[in-house]
Amino acid sequence: MVAHAEAHLDHHEEHPPVPHYSSRISPSILGMYLFIGSEIMLFGAFFTAYFFIRVVNGVAWPTPPFHLPVYVAFLNTCILVTSSFTMHWALTSVKKNNPFGLRAGLLLTFLMGLTFLLTQILEYLRIGFNTSDGAFPTIFFCLTGLHGCHVFVGLTILGFMTIRAFRGHFDAEHHHGVEIGGIYWHFVDLMWILVYMTVYIL
Amino acid sequence: MARNPFRSEGEMFKLLGVVIAAAIVIVIGAAINTWVGVAFAVIAVAGVVWWLMQEPTPGAADPAPKLDSGTPPGMHRVLVIAPPGASTAPVPDGATDVVVVVPALATTTEALTGAVDDRRAEAERTALGLTRTLSRDGRNVRGEVGADDPVQAVEDALRVFGADEVLVVGDDAAVEQIRARVAIPVSRA
Repeated sequence: MVAHAEAHLDHHEEHPPVPHYSSRISPSILGMYLFIGSEIMLFGAFFTAYFFIRVVNGVAWPTPPFHLPVYVAFLNTCILVTSSFTMHWALTSVKKNNPFGLRAGLLLTFLMGLTFLLTQILEYLRIGFNTSDGAFPTIFFCLTGLHGCHVFVGLTILGFMTIRAFRGHFDAEHHHGVEIGGIYWHFVDLMWILVYMTVYIL
Repeated sequence: MARNPFRSEGEMFKLLGVVIAAAIVIVIGAAINTWVGVAFAVIAVAGVVWWLMQEPTPGAADPAPKLDSGTPPGMHRVLVIAPPGASTAPVPDGATDVVVVVPALATTTEALTGAVDDRRAEAERTALGLTRTLSRDGRNVRGEVGADDPVQAVEDALRVFGADEVLVVGDDAAVEQIRARVAIPVSRA
């Protein structure tokens, strides 16, 4: 019949207190929300600038005499959207212990992402205007360039994932790296659809 | 309960599918006229938000199965939930084992920012005081700091302590919530 409270509670002198966190939200979920919040603020700042320039100026978009490569961008959009499907295929495959599907899916996703990025760079070189030509080109390069940076980060993650997949690091039980990378890649894809709709279509 | 598309790759892929469908609608509208495209975009965004607010999986909002506990014969275990600052708890005479849990009650802002050190310190002091008080009658008493939600604190405690009853000190709302969650007697002190 002993009261255990002293031993249980008075432990601060021996070593640092045990880390604790709220039971309302886990650190991983909070981290993801902070990431989403920071991304929304980042893209939101550029979208705000875009709408300000476009709505306040009240002129045609894109500002004459500039033209946007809508069809090339549409092709690029199709490539990026398809890469999300191959990403999903890769993850579905690893869950079924199918290493071929995982490797092929990741490799195809990487190659399509690379194609998207290279096509975007080529379009930048051929587009005929630069950031020094006014507000419209500036916000165009900022929005698409910001997304391009995200694609580059995604490609880096995909590169590591693909190498690890070929080295046999993932199986049906252990594929957290593919899961997280997949979420990021879909997010990048989703953001491109928003950018494409806003800048090229509407 | 709303969907959390960042919970898994599968959920994110579903959101992407919905956004692609919305994008097709916007492209069709924009092909007619820019303002029609804008109108379709507003409708599409509303549709995506509505989809996000839906229940992610059928049955996910159903009440969870009630928690139960098995106690060895000859023992009577009591789980006491007391708020910070409580000085005593009327534990039944037949209780042989008592666990006192003091939830580190924090505001939402404190919980989200993790600024709960003061709350936990206060809860620790209360748990220590109650443990000393209750152990004077010769019971086996243990005190600990619980989660910042009383119901969550009870659930956490019952996972490691097979209580026969729960005694809640001074919170009617918490009593009702705990009764809905556990299959053992819950009383208010």
